[in-house]
Amino acid sequence: MTAIISQAPADRPVLTPRTVLLALGLVILAVVPVIGSDYWLNSLIVPTLVMGLAGVGLNLLTGYAGLVSLGSAAFMSIGAFSTYNLILRVPALPLPVALIVAGLIAASAGVLFGLPSLRIKGFYLSASTLGAQFFFEWLFTNFHWFSNDSMSLTISAPRLAIFGHDLNSPVGRYSLVVVTTLLLLWLAHNLIDSRIGRDWMAIRDMDTAAAVAGIPVGRRKLLAYGVSSFFCGIAGALWAFCYLGTADAHAFDLDKSFQVLFIVIIGGSASILGNFLGAAFIVLTPIALDILVQALGLDGIVDHGTVSNMLRIVFGAIIILLLIKEPDGLASLIGRLARRLSARPSRGTP
Amino acid sequence: MFFLNVLTSGLLSGLMYALVAIGFVLIYKASGVFNFAQGSMVLFAALTFVVLNEHGLPFWAAFPITVLVMIVGAVLIERLVLRPLVNRSPNTLFMATLGLSFVIEGLAQALFGSDVHQLDLGIDDMPLDLWGLQISTFDIFASAVAVVLVAVLAVLFSKTRMGISLRAVADDTLAAQSIGIRLPRIWQIVWSVSGLVALVAGLLWGARQGVQFSLSLVVLKAMPVLIIGGFSSIPGAIVGGLLVGATENLADIYIGPLVQGSVSTWFAYILAVAFLLIRPSGLFGETTIARV
Repeated sequence: MTAIISQAPADRPVLTPRTVLLALGLVILAVVPVIGSDYWLNSLIVPTLVMGLAGVGLNLLTGYAGLVSLGSAAFMSIGAFSTYNLILRVPALPLPVALIVAGLIAASAGVLFGLPSLRIKGFYLSASTLGAQFFFEWLFTNFHWFSNDSMSLTISAPRLAIFGHDLNSPVGRYSLVVVTTLLLLWLAHNLIDSRIGRDWMAIRDMDTAAAVAGIPVGRRKLLAYGVSSFFCGIAGALWAFCYLGTADAHAFDLDKSFQVLFIVIIGGSASILGNFLGAAFIVLTPIALDILVQALGLDGIVDHGTVSNMLRIVFGAIIILLLIKEPDGLASLIGRLARRLSARPSRGTP
Repeated sequence: MFFLNVLTSGLLSGLMYALVAIGFVLIYKASGVFNFAQGSMVLFAALTFVVLNEHGLPFWAAFPITVLVMIVGAVLIERLVLRPLVNRSPNTLFMATLGLSFVIEGLAQALFGSDVHQLDLGIDDMPLDLWGLQISTFDIFASAVAVVLVAVLAVLFSKTRMGISLRAVADDTLAAQSIGIRLPRIWQIVWSVSGLVALVAGLLWGARQGVQFSLSLVVLKAMPVLIIGGFSSIPGAIVGGLLVGATENLADIYIGPLVQGSVSTWFAYILAVAFLLIRPSGLFGETTIARV
């Protein structure tokens, strides 16, 4: 044990795979708008980043604090509808402030629906978040004030501008998504590394023990709901305005909540990178399946319904397979591959 | 009188919720798994039956074939999903059943199509006038079926060797294994039985609203039912179902107009949460003691 501890600093060169990966990621993010087409930006990268961000939100709650939520999409919708109304009704508000306030509104809703976690545990909690899921879908559909009395009950992208720069182009929307995502990732990373993050993990591993150790379990649980919903809220606003353009409450239905949950399972719980792997999987698999069907010349035979049924089966099977074979998700799979690759060259040298 | 009619029709739909919830309770008792796939099992069972029926098989032939299909399904689920996941956390198992529900729903629709199938069980849906209450004959039939099903399950659980070993597993899995009860066999049986319950629930629901994808959403309504009744109690599931059905219907009629629309999509969950805050283990659930 002591040997390991004393070796640790020597084993950690400046260029860890982590920093390399991080730098590589930043370079890719900066280069993509230059070389990528609008299709790539709009249909692949933006949704992956936004869903990954929502995944981070849920992962903070589920992966780190060990609490269940089946209502991520509800908090996304709160973020979207709040941003829309804030920008519409308070024109003086700049976009970043509107996004943050919308996130805070989503966070307070999250705390409210997280209140039962003070008394109950486990699946029971899914009832309150499932309640949130149906309640907000109903609220935003039935009360037309939220969608500014539009006939179609939809909200469409407000003016997307920061300090006079118009962001209403594919590259502009992409930049908004990337910058927001990076800022929030930085926040998430620091939260996890802080005392709060350690408290969450202690609660996740055994909340009775955490309480005995003096952690304010109730307050930390509510904070987890708040932070998680903050992330989901902002992701929801980005989803509605940077990806969809026009959205209604049904864009944030139960299936969306399940998608966010699947991102966490597929990517790996308690992993930040994993969320984006999971999101890429969720976004790319339907597209890949479509391409596959066309490439095989089946698009005349196979109708849309069959493809979506296939998709359900594939998703379900992969979830089960991952839970059995790789409970820590794609993130750990890739981590292991990277270790194996970096270990291989040293095997040859004596 | 109007109030009583609303109440009765709510109670009757609550009975249907209870039927779905019983399927959950069975599996939860025997394996501690919150089986999210119960709703898709309802859909799958009902679709299998209705398609067999449409191909000309009479009830007495289609029913046992569907039961057989559900049993094969239960064995497959135990082999392919539950056995590799043995000893994993309840959350993992829950998510596995979520994945399972996607597979079953996809399979059901890929095999049988996504059209709405009409199901006629040959029972009239005529309103009867009982002391001023309007009750349809179909509802009476459905309640009778539910009562018989619960009675049969109760006898199975308390009198047969299988039922007793099932309760032993529910009580203490490790102790049950150590006295030679085969866990995989118990799980196969319990999933088969809840497949049968799913079939009955699917037929009764399906005869009412047609056999279609929305059947699988019944699972979501079972959640508040279970929370109110307690996850591990069959009487609890019934009382919870009746309570949810009745209050939901009452709320829809009396609160709905005040807030411009039907509240039944979310009312049950809020009710369940309110309930939880007062009685965290449900009406009939067992309180657990946490140890460090």
